[in-house]
Amino acid sequence: MSQTQSTEAEPRKVVAFRIGNQEFCVDIMSVREIRTWTPATPLPRSPDFVRGVINLRGFVLPIIDLAARFGFPPAEPTAQNVIIVTQIGQRTVGLLVDAVSDILTVTDDLVQPTPDIASDRAAAFVRGVFVIEGRMISFVALEGVVPSAEREAA
Amino acid sequence: MASDAIADIKATFFQECEEQLAELEAGLLALEGGDADLETINAIFRAVHSIKGGAGAFHLDDLVRFAHAYETSLDNLRAGRISATPAGTRVMLRAADMLADLVRAARDGGAADIARGEAIIEELVALGGGPEDPGLDEGDGMDGLDFMPVQVSFDSDSLDGGEATAGDPSAPRYVIQFKPKPGLYAKANEAGLLLRELARLGEASVRCDVSEVPLLPDLDPEGAYLSWTIVLRGDVDEAAIREVFEFVADDCDLDIRREDEAPPAPAAAQSGDPDILSLLKKLEAEVQNQRGEAVERTPGQPSPVGLQTIDRQPAAEKSTKAEAGKTTAGAAAASGQTTIRVDIDRVDRLVDLIGELVINQAMLAQRVAEAGLGRGSAVATGLDELERLTREIQDSVMAIRAQPVKPVFQRMSRIVREVAEITGKSVHLVTDGESTEVDKTVIERLADPLTHMIRNAIDHGIEEPAKRIAAGKPGEGVVRLSALHRSGRIVIEVADDGAGINRARVREIAARKGLVSADAVLSDDEIDNLIFAPGFSTAETVSNISGRGVGMDVVKRSIQALGGRISISSRPGAGSTFTMSLPLTLAVLDGMVVSVAGQTLVLPLTAIVETLQPSETDLHAFGTSGQVILVRKALTPLIDVGLRLGFRTSPADSLSCVVILVESEGGGRSALLVDAIQDQRQIVVKSLEGNYGHVPGIAAATILGDGRVALILDVDTLVAARQANALEQSQAA
Repeated sequence: MSQTQSTEAEPRKVVAFRIGNQEFCVDIMSVREIRTWTPATPLPRSPDFVRGVINLRGFVLPIIDLAARFGFPPAEPTAQNVIIVTQIGQRTVGLLVDAVSDILTVTDDLVQPTPDIASDRAAAFVRGVFVIEGRMISFVALEGVVPSAEREAA
Repeated sequence: MASDAIADIKATFFQECEEQLAELEAGLLALEGGDADLETINAIFRAVHSIKGGAGAFHLDDLVRFAHAYETSLDNLRAGRISATPAGTRVMLRAADMLADLVRAARDGGAADIARGEAIIEELVALGGGPEDPGLDEGDGMDGLDFMPVQVSFDSDSLDGGEATAGDPSAPRYVIQFKPKPGLYAKANEAGLLLRELARLGEASVRCDVSEVPLLPDLDPEGAYLSWTIVLRGDVDEAAIREVFEFVADDCDLDIRREDEAPPAPAAAQSGDPDILSLLKKLEAEVQNQRGEAVERTPGQPSPVGLQTIDRQPAAEKSTKAEAGKTTAGAAAASGQTTIRVDIDRVDRLVDLIGELVINQAMLAQRVAEAGLGRGSAVATGLDELERLTREIQDSVMAIRAQPVKPVFQRMSRIVREVAEITGKSVHLVTDGESTEVDKTVIERLADPLTHMIRNAIDHGIEEPAKRIAAGKPGEGVVRLSALHRSGRIVIEVADDGAGINRARVREIAARKGLVSADAVLSDDEIDNLIFAPGFSTAETVSNISGRGVGMDVVKRSIQALGGRISISSRPGAGSTFTMSLPLTLAVLDGMVVSVAGQTLVLPLTAIVETLQPSETDLHAFGTSGQVILVRKALTPLIDVGLRLGFRTSPADSLSCVVILVESEGGGRSALLVDAIQDQRQIVVKSLEGNYGHVPGIAAATILGDGRVALILDVDTLVAARQANALEQSQAA
């Protein structure tokens, strides 16, 4: 994962969102837009966390159910759910989450290593956690969210 | 910034080179075909000359050297000093290939085969003709190719120091006599620039000999009357001096002498009156201007010496007339050529936008229908109009991307030449339908598979000349490459008149490689199709022509990736024909919209043979879960699309479904079971792979009128039995 954090504690903005009762965030620079849920066309024989594809102004956007990806029960998306359209490497991918909660400014020195909970599937996709205003927020490593095997297949 | 600009200019130069090379090859092929009019030869000459000129500006020395030798030979051809014999034309064609290699090497930074270039230059020289205007050329053997660097001795004792008056007395002193011929100016060189270049080498004193300039009434504006004597003092060797004159060596009399080798030339003694010199400079400038006007005059520009005037004056110099003729020809060419160069990205953006427009228009139509507005309503009528316009725009935009297959076909003639040469076979390429147009992407991706097939046709198909004659066939084999439009697709055929497929051997190899069991019962057609199997290669030994570990399976895959199909038909002793059928564009396709288990899917119309309603008597269970259906007395495997794609877990009720008979690769037929057929329409293809990855059984996606994404089925992978296993595995994973 990108461990290019500079030694300087540069403030950066993150988009925080909720899955169930936990909070996660991604770097705002990788977020292209946030939109409401629209029913996706399922892809045959795809992993359970791939909800399918939707039409994003003429482009085919794959949707990844982050809850399912992190090992939570798959989301039952309603109009209240949102899709965070993110840029992961060369690809544009939509992340299905429960709600976007906040835009925060954090500095890298606040970010602590992921707690060593080896059994937890979510830990594999988190590159660090931080506590702000009493809330614990996990920093999602986007590169790991799209399975690498599929990335190579493309 | 400056380097960017240079890079841009260079990129344009290479682009133009490609065009010139295409022009060159087309001309040479016309020449080979016996169509050798003067205009063809002139076009060939111009192409090489332009490449040389551009290459010189970028100091691409290898390219310049070769182009120059080539140009010399072509000039001889143009002047009728040599004639276009078949053998000569072949050398010219090989030279064109070499030139193309050098251009590409210069562009991509690789190294071209210089030794081959030298060999070709020798062949070109061997064609004869000699340098231009041999009677006047005293500087024979200085055609820019035979540079013999002269060893320069710095031993000051050997110098006649007494003569030196200024500068470094130990530096060699050269006396250069330079007398341009009219040809030098006609090729847009300028004596002044050469002199300036020369002055950079050292300390130069230049004298101009004006004795030959006639009186104004007798002056031929195209003529060359001035000659120069340059005394150059500097630490240079003779080769460097000759290099200055490299481009013009054939168009001038040049004499370079070291001061210590010979007495000062008499011309050097002639004193130059500064007044006369400046006067002559003016005169020369005037001559240049006049020339420039004759060449560059645009039709709208008033000109004191109009073309009509020249026509009415038979006394006008022949050369002027010729120049004027060239001007009109050039103007005609310029007005006929109304193409513009557009960045392909812009066209692609337009294609994308049109795609969205089509989708939006469909969505709008659906909304109007949902709103209950009748077909007769003003809105619906307007919408119909919009639909017509949209489709027209779409067709026009697609037409922008459509290009004739000619460039690819032309490249193939080179492959034929090379492979024929390596294999020692005599092969003639016949092309047909070169102007057939197809999407640019298709053309680009066609080159590799075609190359491979042509190589195969010559290497494996065409027999040795002796064998052919023994079989009662002409010694020269024929490879026929043709393109035509057939029912909205482009069909490309590669046919040879060789031995055909050796089925016994194909079978044996396939059995040995475990592709089929040794006792399998196979039809001729099935055996022929074995050559498309992965890992199959019939080459006895791995030659450097074909058999590089990639075989026809790669060809097949690349054709499939283009949404095309390939098939082979072969008759022993009479040759083989590969037939490829490809979509005209990759951006849109006609599809049948079907529903399966609540999902909307699209089947490419090209794959569909027919649709039918199954009756109970036609359906038969096969094995534990398989089903076959009797269609026109043929038992066809029935594939439950919903089940195979995992959209449902229990089989659908076949009787309430619709069966779509599809044809897959190799002509096999399968029946697809879908719930219902919704519609048949043109759809815009959207890639899934860019943002997601390949999905087995799915070719791409599209966006339907309701704004939702529908998947386009990949019929071939869907029906292939082994793919079914792969699908199941990917589910398990």
